[in-house]
Amino acid sequence: MLEVGLSHYLILSAVLFTIGVFGIFLNRKNVIIILMSVEMILLAVNINLVAFSVYLNDLVGQIFTMFILTVAAAEAAIGLAILVVYFRNRGTIAVEDINMMKG
Amino acid sequence: MVNIAFFVFAAILLASAVRVITAKNPVHSVLFLILAFFSAAALFVLIGAEFVAMILVIVYVGAVAVLFLFVVMMLDINFQELRHGFLRYMPVGLVVGGILAVELGFLAATQLIGPVEAAGGPTAIPPVSELTNTQAIGHILYTDYVYAFQASGLILLVAMIGAIVLTLRSRKGVRRQEIGQQLDRKRDQVVAVRKVPTRGGV
Repeated sequence: MLEVGLSHYLILSAVLFTIGVFGIFLNRKNVIIILMSVEMILLAVNINLVAFSVYLNDLVGQIFTMFILTVAAAEAAIGLAILVVYFRNRGTIAVEDINMMKG
Repeated sequence: MVNIAFFVFAAILLASAVRVITAKNPVHSVLFLILAFFSAAALFVLIGAEFVAMILVIVYVGAVAVLFLFVVMMLDINFQELRHGFLRYMPVGLVVGGILAVELGFLAATQLIGPVEAAGGPTAIPPVSELTNTQAIGHILYTDYVYAFQASGLILLVAMIGAIVLTLRSRKGVRRQEIGQQLDRKRDQVVAVRKVPTRGGV
């Protein structure tokens, strides 16, 4: 049986990161899915940090994971609030229509 | 056993991540996102980071994913219309994603990540028999990183105020109870005594 090591976790997080980036391109119109893709990218970063933290025997990685989690939660709350206000004003959330500030 | 569990949870994580970005219904996307977060939490437990795993479940599954679900269900959006450019953006996404994957593959192939040497130092992970993961994190978080901890609290406060300010609106034409006005009025303002003639009406 293959022994699970650091590289397995790193490959996993790399694939997850790629899926997240791919999701942003795939759902160019839907802001909600784009926000979810950003959350997945941040999750990939967290997996990276925790894996390095354990295999380098240094707890600081897990501490920074919690800070990333905090910022991700704040970002999701603000992003969804902006989305709700935008939908209330325009009746749509299509990304192409967000051009009111274009001169 | 741990190896099998790792591969099972990793497979579930990646499969649900793929479903998040390809599902037709955004509600399904959110539910698969929750599954992905659960699998990631299980992976964290496997690697020995229990506290981060539990925080992941509480914060992501309990708060962020539910917030997503709430917004998706609250907004009345025609999601079919939003998927029109799906196939048009597919090639670009595949190219960018492919380049990214190849680059990351190069990094993995160069054997940069050999057997890592465990570092010692003041922030080394103590053995579980001495100190649990949560206690060890607490020892570092509230001493060396207390300012960053306070700053993250400040970020959450700012985010909370921002979200409330953004979504709060004062509607026109809504009748609200004005207790001051109610208590302020006098008897002769609201009660009129009329002499009603017989068979006359008011």
